[in-house]
Amino acid sequence: MSAFTQLRLDGVSRRFGGQAALTELDLTIEAGEFIALLGPSGCGKSTALNCLAGLLPLTAGSIWQDERRIDTLPPERRGFGMVFQSYALFPHLTVRANIAFGLRMRRLPKEETRRRTEEAVRLVRLEDHVDKLPGQLSGGQQQRVAIARAVVFEPSLVLMDEPLSNLDAKLRLEMRTEIRRLHQSLGLTTVYVTHDQEEALSLADRLVVLREGRVQQIGSPRELHTRPANWHVADFMGYRNLWRGRVEQLDGARATVESSGHRLLGEVVGGLQTRAEVVVAVRPEDIRVDGPGETRNAMSATVEVVEYQGRELAAEARTDTGLLLHLRTEQRIAPGDQVKLAVDPRRLLVYPADASAQPDRLTDASAATR
Amino acid sequence: MSGPGPGRPLTHWRHRLAERGVDRQLWLLVPALVFVIALFLYPFFYGLTLSFQPTTGGPFSDYVRFFSDSYERGTIWITLRIALPAALLNVLAAVPIAYRMRGRFRGKRLVTTLLVVPITLGTVLTAQGLLNFLGPTGWFNRILLASNLVDEPVRLTHNYWGVFFSLVITGFPFAFLLVLSYLSGIDPTLERAAATLGADWRRRFTRITLPLLMPGLATTFCLTFVLAFSVFPSAVLVGNPAGETRVISLAAYQAAYEQYDYPYASAIAMIMGFVELVIIAVVLAARGRFYTGSTGGKG
Repeated sequence: MSAFTQLRLDGVSRRFGGQAALTELDLTIEAGEFIALLGPSGCGKSTALNCLAGLLPLTAGSIWQDERRIDTLPPERRGFGMVFQSYALFPHLTVRANIAFGLRMRRLPKEETRRRTEEAVRLVRLEDHVDKLPGQLSGGQQQRVAIARAVVFEPSLVLMDEPLSNLDAKLRLEMRTEIRRLHQSLGLTTVYVTHDQEEALSLADRLVVLREGRVQQIGSPRELHTRPANWHVADFMGYRNLWRGRVEQLDGARATVESSGHRLLGEVVGGLQTRAEVVVAVRPEDIRVDGPGETRNAMSATVEVVEYQGRELAAEARTDTGLLLHLRTEQRIAPGDQVKLAVDPRRLLVYPADASAQPDRLTDASAATR
Repeated sequence: MSGPGPGRPLTHWRHRLAERGVDRQLWLLVPALVFVIALFLYPFFYGLTLSFQPTTGGPFSDYVRFFSDSYERGTIWITLRIALPAALLNVLAAVPIAYRMRGRFRGKRLVTTLLVVPITLGTVLTAQGLLNFLGPTGWFNRILLASNLVDEPVRLTHNYWGVFFSLVITGFPFAFLLVLSYLSGIDPTLERAAATLGADWRRRFTRITLPLLMPGLATTFCLTFVLAFSVFPSAVLVGNPAGETRVISLAAYQAAYEQYDYPYASAIAMIMGFVELVIIAVVLAARGRFYTGSTGGKG
């Protein structure tokens, strides 16, 4: 249960029946790191977390805590704290007894148990609620109890399984800051599972993006945000514009792509050849509306739908050739407006297409034939 | 609120009643009410008043008669001595089996069916089986004799044990089904959480599952106890109805259909109900000491 300097997942795999939920996850976690496992539902991120916690046996691979192999240990002997999506607070125990549970199981002296429980209660600011039952608390308070209970025994690793998904938007933001604050003040190594890319980007030191049980990319929030490894990751990281196209010309890291009658210049990610089928990815906020200066990748389009989002507008526009674009702008535009759009070539990423790059997954021009 | 205009008060009281849940849907309760009144309340109060109208003596003389006769009085103790251990054993045996079976696994339906089959057998068939199996010339004793474990057959029927086994066989499926549903009402994530907090399976059970299950066990105990307390056929068929298994329902039966003394039989039935109520009250009072709120599961 002692602290480690490195936790190594080596080819961790898990199958359910014939279904592979997680395939060969290799990951090294340094002490003190905040890692987010990110992906759409069913991508294997919760499976990975449960494998780490010992709640699910592996079908292949191993987990090493420095030089000690731990994947054969039951959960109670791994000493990892876990925060569950449903909180899983013990309904028959008071807040204090819930938080003290881990210390009691370790048979610590009474005085120490009391002191550390009080500390944890203060840490999550629940001093006024220690004698209540979990059922008498609000969602945010229950969440704080769950976190306090998982960190009170100073686990070498804290596992969090979508801990904020049951909270409303405002509370979610507050708790996010709280979790980050706790991580910074306690220096706890944390593995955090979420499907919310914004949450992952704001919390984690390193992100692991999973899809269909396989790692797509491991990197810092900046790396993932600016340079997703493939179009699936781009899709997940908020590149809402995904267009199919074909490479016309390759020039080192630059490519000219034909997509729905537009000639687009962009950055190549991954290996490509001329005439190759590609997926072009652009963030809505990287499409400039009537911007001065930018003339490359220019398109003229008609605004179709506009959503008011405070400082910005989110809009859908369709080009003359039928390409549908998602964009965000501070300009005041209205449905029916004709706009000139442009994209900086450095913000237009070109990915090799794969079998799953079907029209229904992409905001493709083929829908324009309607 | 301004004063009601003409024609408005009517809609108002209708509305107010509806807010308190009084509306036309209440008519749906009528069949149930008729059923309860005709088949439970009327017979009960009829029996109650009958028990105070003995053939001889004052209103309480049948009660006095029951308690002053040690042979009659003893039936309470005899019945409790059979029903309490049988109910307790049923509940205690159901817990580990239900605990093991609450997850999903291959063949669960088959095992559940096998465990529940005794419900369908009925007391007479069970008694027949018990006589064949545990009787002096039954397989059980033949095996014991053949293997030289005993010199003469062990008496397991036509005495206390025969009735006890019969009650366990018929009562266990009820207890098992009830405990299983209470157990699946407990969120399995709670035990997983306890495991990550360092609790081994023993402490996960004693600290988390058992305390959450206790109210359910108390209810299960009450129900199986009531079933066992009104034991009648097996007390005759595999018991010793003249002696150690002369249960209270047998005393009531004899009063009613051998002596044709209905008031006395009613008095015995009332005493029987009272004893049951006392036991249930004690168990439910103990149940109140446990957490009885939501346990987060699907049940």
